[in-house]
Amino acid sequence: MKAIINVSLKAGVLDSQGKAVLHALGSLHFGNVQDVRVGKQIILKLDETDKTKAMKDVTAMCEDLLANTVIEDYEIELV
Amino acid sequence: MKVSILQFPGTNCEYDAQSAFESLGARTQIIWHKSDSIPSDTDLLVVAGGFSYGDYLRSGAIAKFSPVMKAVKKYADNGGKVLGICNGFQVLTEAGLLPGALMRNDGLHFISKHHHLKVQNNDNIFLEKLNKGDIVNIPIAHHDGNYFIDEIGLKDLYENNQVLLTYSDENGDAKNPNGSVDSIAGVCNKEKNVFGLMPHPERAMELLLGSDDGVKMLEGFLAS
Repeated sequence: MKAIINVSLKAGVLDSQGKAVLHALGSLHFGNVQDVRVGKQIILKLDETDKTKAMKDVTAMCEDLLANTVIEDYEIELV
Repeated sequence: MKVSILQFPGTNCEYDAQSAFESLGARTQIIWHKSDSIPSDTDLLVVAGGFSYGDYLRSGAIAKFSPVMKAVKKYADNGGKVLGICNGFQVLTEAGLLPGALMRNDGLHFISKHHHLKVQNNDNIFLEKLNKGDIVNIPIAHHDGNYFIDEIGLKDLYENNQVLLTYSDENGDAKNPNGSVDSIAGVCNKEKNVFGLMPHPERAMELLLGSDDGVKMLEGFLAS
């Protein structure tokens, strides 16, 4: 099983990289882009078949290490 | 006075810190991150600057799981004095020993220059040799120095005099190089035994090198 984790800055935390990308897109004349948020994706290959157990483990991994919950949110998808 | 200085893979300010504290007459020892204890005669534990674990994932995120960090936490919980400089500040926030987090500078650039700082609170051993409102000139060198804390956390910091230093111009007016909340450059914990700051006082020990304002800051630890 694979876990795909998307980590992004919380709403309300200024995303400087997103702002820079937004400006760059604007200078490329993509004027219809309203906002950009830049995050990161972490993909784990798990030796696990139980989805509930996998979700529990990956959530703990996110809380302990993969995300800093002071500034970041995370979403987990198991595939 | 014995100062123990932590060294992770990628730490690069441990010898600057060693030189700074030895110039003030302290004995020092460098502690490799695999150590599972802190020397019992340690009067001050310094988490030095650099790029522990290459700043992978987030600055300080991997270092918080180094074997020595359990001992650091225990040392701090027992009232031991801890000073985190630059990457050391990032490690201490990641480890939950200090509130808040350090994010990418809002201008996205690595900043390396002298910057003025204003002393906000001196009712702690770190800054007791300085007065409230004093301006010091200390180098900064960081990519992730943008201090963030939520509104509730910020209120707590102010209520307990935990904001130590803010970035300013030479007159003490706020000047923010990196986007930090309220231009905060350094904080301490509620108990006032764990200190963290992005600027490098250990690099401001000699006038010949631009400033010796770091002397008064680090001397605070020696007096106790």
